[in-house]
Amino acid sequence: MMPAELFIPTDSPEAAAPMAEALTFRYDVDGENFTSAGQASVQVKKNLRQLGFDPETIRRVSIAMYEGEINMVIHAGGGTAEVTVEDGCIEIILSDTGPGIANIEQAMQEGFSTAPDNIRSLGFGAGMGLPNMKRYTDYMHIDSVVGEGTTITMKVNY
Amino acid sequence: MTINTIKDLLGAEVLCGSESLGKDVHSACGSDMMSDVLAYVKDQAVLLTGLVNAQVIRTAEMMDMLCIVFVRSKKPSQDMLDLAEESGIAVMTTPMRMYDACGTLYSNGLTGSGSTNG
Ligand SMILES: Nc1ncnc2c1ncn2[C@@H]1O[C@H](COP(=O)(O)OP(=O)(O)O)[C@@H](O)[C@H]1O
Ligand SMILES: [Mg+2]
Repeated sequence: MMPAELFIPTDSPEAAAPMAEALTFRYDVDGENFTSAGQASVQVKKNLRQLGFDPETIRRVSIAMYEGEINMVIHAGGGTAEVTVEDGCIEIILSDTGPGIANIEQAMQEGFSTAPDNIRSLGFGAGMGLPNMKRYTDYMHIDSVVGEGTTITMKVNY
Repeated sequence: MTINTIKDLLGAEVLCGSESLGKDVHSACGSDMMSDVLAYVKDQAVLLTGLVNAQVIRTAEMMDMLCIVFVRSKKPSQDMLDLAEESGIAVMTTPMRMYDACGTLYSNGLTGSGSTNG
């Protein structure tokens, strides 16, 4: 779970400008297990706190990523998450090899959901995830091919 | 209102995070749909819910909430309590139903928006 490199060594030349070089966290999101869904987002939240980001930025990144992580688990059988801290923005890339999204415009509408009833009894499937991801981020792009998978890229400026 | 006052008003049992009972909270929300909590909640520090699974704890963590109240005497698993503990979230359980628990807190000054509570 823990990214291999969280801290830039203090004796490195980058230490004076810690954001000069991009810092990336990668996670596998297990599609078999609803209980563990969201672990990666919780970890990212902790990492961003340690890096000293302001609470509002942390909240926006972690909510958007959490919604996306839940989607990968309930709609796509899992996937991978990559979070990169760049100078001025945090980029989140969520990739899966699930069924893909046939109609992205429809999927982006508030309340649209194909989630089965058992997902609703677990507290999700209100069709608010994708619109929420858009609302909490400064940039969002969905790349999806039916039968191949979905990659969602989001950016939060700070 | 402090988290301790919530506990007293609801006749609740604290399951973890008793060290934060003295913390002040200004608004609350009640929902069994975590989707709705993630989409509509803003700055509410307390979540009342009848849903019991790990995503309740993670949702509260994502929203920077301070306290979760399970209604109808529902009890989370030890794994869920460990998650809450790690995130510094106080967890309690009350025998009250959702409507009564929310009404009790509301009528004692803990509203949904925090606007009438200093
Ligand atoms: N990663 C994904 N893979 C395939 N389909 C997806 C994915 N994410 C979202 N969808 C589709 O878009 C719909 C809307 O997503 P969302 O707004 O998060 O609502 P919900 O997850 O509550 O159904 C989903 O019901 C599903 O059909
Ligand atoms: Mg969703």
